[in-house]
Amino acid sequence: MIELREVNKSFEDRQVLYDINAKFLSGKNNLIIGASGGGKSVMMKCMVGLERPDSGHIEFDGRDMLNLDDQQLRDVRREIGMLFQGTALFDSLTVEQNIAFPLEMFSKMNAAERRERVNFCLKRVNLENINHKYPSEISGGMKKRVGIARAIALDIKYLFCDEPNSGLDPITSRLIDELINEITKEYGITNVINSHDMKTVFDIGDHIIFLYKGKKWWEGNREDLKHAQKEIKELDEFIRASYFE
Amino acid sequence: MNLSFFHFFGHYLLFLKSMMSRPEKLNIFFKRLADEMYKIGIGSLPIVAITALFIGAVTTVQTAYQLVSGLISKSIIGTIVSDSTILELGPTISCLVLSGKVGAHIASEIGNMRISEQIDALDVMGINASAYLALPKIIAGMIMIPLLNIIAITLSIYGGYMAGELSGILTHDEFITGARSTFKGFTVLFSTIKALTFAFIITSVSSYQGFYTTGGALGVGESSTRAVVYSSVLVLFFDYILAEILL
Repeated sequence: MIELREVNKSFEDRQVLYDINAKFLSGKNNLIIGASGGGKSVMMKCMVGLERPDSGHIEFDGRDMLNLDDQQLRDVRREIGMLFQGTALFDSLTVEQNIAFPLEMFSKMNAAERRERVNFCLKRVNLENINHKYPSEISGGMKKRVGIARAIALDIKYLFCDEPNSGLDPITSRLIDELINEITKEYGITNVINSHDMKTVFDIGDHIIFLYKGKKWWEGNREDLKHAQKEIKELDEFIRASYFE
Repeated sequence: MNLSFFHFFGHYLLFLKSMMSRPEKLNIFFKRLADEMYKIGIGSLPIVAITALFIGAVTTVQTAYQLVSGLISKSIIGTIVSDSTILELGPTISCLVLSGKVGAHIASEIGNMRISEQIDALDVMGINASAYLALPKIIAGMIMIPLLNIIAITLSIYGGYMAGELSGILTHDEFITGARSTFKGFTVLFSTIKALTFAFIITSVSSYQGFYTTGGALGVGESSTRAVVYSSVLVLFFDYILAEILL
């Protein structure tokens, strides 16, 4: 479980997160939704350690990320996998080398064991026979799946997905959603997904947080969302705009 | 000098400090170091060789053009070509060329990784991105650029000799006599110290510029330009400082 308590973040004189309190549960699809500029990317960056909050606590199963020494922080980070919006695959490495990268850096596996693990991860994301291709030689959907394969190469406990469907067609988007959902349930991972794709929200959103202008505006599950939409004007506007988009 | 200079310099020093950690895995570090040595050394050999050959040849021809008095021995051309190449033209001109070739490449490579979130991916994995990306480049540069400097000096003197011989400006014996007459071993050491200093400047400044790239493709272009301009100016500045201190 990941818990945020009274997290604040500002850039110079502009505050982007206000006293955020949230819990992200294991084995659930935790979604952060909200309009662009609402603070969801900053919130995710604070959680994975790419930004440091001004105040508050971010705990990964009781370990406060902001009060760990360097070694402890590195240990927690090795339990984190992240699927980036632009996939962030290393373009000078092949698909196989990309997935093997965290294994090479942090595991004691030999080359044969690494290859076996890479093939397992690729098969898990329904990809095969692309080991020796470079990221520039595969499609956007394949890149996302390779990104997921790289994220799960080590035995991770936490999976962060930043706009996993951006730039994908609706069919591939659903495949990626299904894959994230399956992996989360199968491995009991705590996942956090940033999205403004309402289809994703209604299909797999077990726990949803709506951010509005840097504040947590609403929290609930997908069954509650339709009801909340009728009552909360900002949420209604966001959902309507998302469909229109 | 204004405050932004101190901000930039302090930030640059912090960047250098951030690299000072033990590599995650030594075998990966040495593999990356070998790759970078190949890219910087072998990749830059043709441009350095061509530049050095022509610089030497031009120095011979222009010195002969200015040598109008019949009282001065033509072997002085060999002396001038040899000394100016070892002391100045070899390290400085080669490193100015390398600041364009190697500097721009380093800044654009790391800058592209920054804007495509590849550096963020390293950070999230718990890898020290500056040590992983920049340190092998800096060490590789400090090994290969002094070697390229020695090759540049050799080829430049050879270029000067060939130009003298082919155009009939001076004979083989005159050139060799002149080149040997005032040779001091210290000048080669001085030249190597310069190349080592310039190598550090080019690779570290370019890595820094790439690492802190902002914006999209335009930002990568701007970082590359800044890397070349700043490292060229610093090469010239330290050229003077080293000459003042060591000569």
